[in-house]
Amino acid sequence: RNRRAQRKQAGNEDSDSDGESCKNKKNRANQISKQQEPDEDEEEDNKGGRKGRGKNETKQEKKPDEKGKKEKDNKKKKDKKKKGSSSSDSDSEEEPITEEELAKLKEEVEEKKKLIATLRNKPWQMKKKLDVLKEAQLFVEKFEGALGKGKGKKFYAYKVMMTKKWMKFQRDFENFKTACIPWEMKIKEIESKAVVHIYILYFWLLVFCFEQLSTFIILWLQVLMGKPYGTLPRKTVPRAEERTAMNFATLWDFSGLAQYSVLFYGYYNNQRTIGWLKFRMPLSYFLVGVGTIAYSYMVVIRTMARNANEEGGGDDTSFNFSWKMFTSWDYLIGNPETADNKFASITTSFKEAIVEEQENRKEENIHLTRFLRVLANFLALCTLAGSGYLIYFVVRRSQKFALEGLDNYGWWERNEVNMVMSLLGMFCPTLFDVISSLENYHPRIALRWQLGRIFALFLGNLYTFIIALMDEINLKLEEEKIVKYNMTIWEASLYNGTIPENATAPPIQVDPADVPRGPCWETMVGQEFVRLTISDTMTTYITIIVGDFLRAVFVRFFNYCWCWDLEYGFPSYSEFDISGNVLGLIFNQGMIWMGSFYAPGLPAINVFRLHTSMYLQCWAVMCCNVPHERVFKASRSNNFYMAMLLFILFLSTLPAVYTIVSIPPSFDCGPFSGKIRMFEVISETLENDFPSWFGKVFSYASNPGLILPFILLMVLSIYYLNATSKTYKEANLDLKKKLQSVRMP
Amino acid sequence: CGSDNLINCMTGCLLHGRYHEMAPNIVPMDYTKDPDVKLPIQLIINMPELKENPFKERIVEAFSEDGDGNLSFNDFVDMFSVLSEMAPRELKAIYAFKIYDFNTDNFICKSDLEKTLNKLTREELTAEEITLVCEKVIEEADMDGDGKLAFADFENMISKAPDFLRYKNCLKNYQMFFLYIFCSSWKDDGLAKC
Repeated sequence: RNRRAQRKQAGNEDSDSDGESCKNKKNRANQISKQQEPDEDEEEDNKGGRKGRGKNETKQEKKPDEKGKKEKDNKKKKDKKKKGSSSSDSDSEEEPITEEELAKLKEEVEEKKKLIATLRNKPWQMKKKLDVLKEAQLFVEKFEGALGKGKGKKFYAYKVMMTKKWMKFQRDFENFKTACIPWEMKIKEIESKAVVHIYILYFWLLVFCFEQLSTFIILWLQVLMGKPYGTLPRKTVPRAEERTAMNFATLWDFSGLAQYSVLFYGYYNNQRTIGWLKFRMPLSYFLVGVGTIAYSYMVVIRTMARNANEEGGGDDTSFNFSWKMFTSWDYLIGNPETADNKFASITTSFKEAIVEEQENRKEENIHLTRFLRVLANFLALCTLAGSGYLIYFVVRRSQKFALEGLDNYGWWERNEVNMVMSLLGMFCPTLFDVISSLENYHPRIALRWQLGRIFALFLGNLYTFIIALMDEINLKLEEEKIVKYNMTIWEASLYNGTIPENATAPPIQVDPADVPRGPCWETMVGQEFVRLTISDTMTTYITIIVGDFLRAVFVRFFNYCWCWDLEYGFPSYSEFDISGNVLGLIFNQGMIWMGSFYAPGLPAINVFRLHTSMYLQCWAVMCCNVPHERVFKASRSNNFYMAMLLFILFLSTLPAVYTIVSIPPSFDCGPFSGKIRMFEVISETLENDFPSWFGKVFSYASNPGLILPFILLMVLSIYYLNATSKTYKEANLDLKKKLQSVRMP
Repeated sequence: CGSDNLINCMTGCLLHGRYHEMAPNIVPMDYTKDPDVKLPIQLIINMPELKENPFKERIVEAFSEDGDGNLSFNDFVDMFSVLSEMAPRELKAIYAFKIYDFNTDNFICKSDLEKTLNKLTREELTAEEITLVCEKVIEEADMDGDGKLAFADFENMISKAPDFLRYKNCLKNYQMFFLYIFCSSWKDDGLAKC
């Protein structure tokens, strides 16, 4: 009774304090509260303390009612109102709230809240949902206030308020995150043309995120805090190159002024701390480089795990026809032309599936198919070997050119390696496509073979390139020794014999541009990667413009005066090449990972390139491409692409790690100059910045005797987890089979 | 309105605007008196979002109260909210079943499948091919062996389809919400929080 009185109070308080309530709401609220109270009266008398539960149950009985029974519901409500109006204001005695009742009340409030949260999932009519929602909301508001009265009222009210604020914050954050996805509207525009493209665009987004990290931190810190251009020898263009330093040709080649800028490794000073913040530049350079790679691993693996959850069990072709029938229409289509295309492609897809089904019922000639497949694989291997040899040959030639001085040769000789790699990347996949027509596989399997071969191609190319780079690095290291020797002579010549040897002398002021400079192999490596990225970008743009746009223009305008129908025969409009584009993206990312340690500006360049490519691709898709004729589920390949990305990540970090660990850094450029190995910066930091016991602990921890058993333990736990996951999968399949057999009577 | 409700408000106004402009003489701007106005099916299937859809009649019929395709404003909102991106998969599956059930007997039988297929391919398949496809569908999805698809069979099949939820079975830009919004006297912060 006390509760009822308090509830009425709370109810009135709520409606009064709510500044926006209007007459309608108040009236309805009062009606409903009157309606609820007498119900509780009844239940209280009947069931002794089970507060709104009776009403809850009647509500649940109401739920399965379909639309036609709405009138019945309204009638029920009216009946309750009539019953209740007499006894609404009768009691006003005080009663303490017991713990039990409080707990039950809380439970009911939680149930109502759950009902509100899941209301959108119910297949009821809108009006019914609205009514149920209003009732539930009012119940919750009133009782939350009432629950608070008693012990710990303030705390409970505070908790409720914080929960509400937290949920609101979460919702706003989700909205914000969605708004932040760049190109979200663009993605939706394109969908109506061909749904399968969406997955490519997702890829862009994912890759985009990786970039942001590494660049901006180091770059800006160096620019803000370090010594500016021109103050140190390593930061200045040498006298000999000054004349051509600002030419466009030199800049395009990333030498000259670009070489001695923040973009490349060589610019960074090896001073232990810089600026007034005592920022430890070398340490941070190292950590950021290693950290971004670790973060990339984590993101890729997490995405793979998430995709694996979504894929679930079950096989691909179990519902082939059913899916075609019920999920092939694209509800976003509003354009009659697109609709026509869609009808045509659906019809084609059905016809193909029918033909396949009919053929499956026939017998096939296994021997011929096998022979053809072996032949196809042989041809593919030949192509791969050929391309590998070609690159090796070209790289050797470019080394020869470099030895004889690059000025003697024209543009082609200078850029031969990059151009050959790009051209191979353009033509070999088409060749593989032709070869795969021999094999007669299902489109998805054929796509995977195709991807695998292109993958092998790119990998071979990349590693040949890296081996060539290694040769050059060794050359530069040799050169360094000579330069060091020359430098001692030059320094001695500065003093001109005025001071005897082995004595300290005041340093003479020399213009930084005049100091003889050591060859900086790290910058050279960075430059190579940047050049490769740029030429790759150019190839992509040219492919899009020529391969898609010019082809479409040609087909559209020359169709009138050509012998055969250009639009349906050869060359026709181009389809969006999923595999090629995705692989291109993945490899581009691999190169960025490889090169970003030596060229911190590379990710920034890549961000710019991704944006422009994205818009160019979008435009090309909208105006020049036709949708695929065959509609197969590219979504199943999502994890396949992520697996490739992971593999590439692993392969691209190998060279970087190798160079960090085993090649000595240059003596006069970069943040690690002067050290014997790059990772020494860590041990140096441990010695100088951390207390001594830390260093001891670390040295114990890095003892091989500790690390080897640790690795062994990790291997064993991987094995164990693998075994348990297998058993879970089998149990899952068993359960599914049981479910199926239970359904069949 | 709070920021969340602002989106709901705007979408609500947009939807009401669309509903009103189809028949300005019949649909009132003021919904306080809860008027009983229904738009006939002919007007609704001419909306640009539905015009090219082969199942447009079935969609509208599935959301109408008495199955004849005349939608009140509440039904109209219902339709867009279920078809939107934000609607959960289970809800979409329920309505998809209703849409494909042409004879409204709560089963998708062979004749329903034939009608669906004819609408999808604009009757370009031969009778033999149609029979083959329908048989294959029943073979694949029918769990209980009665020769037609009950809702459980349909749901089991559709829940595994990767394309079903994403961007296909949904219309542009209409978010899911519960309405009180389009008329000032119905504005209510707390109640619109869903």
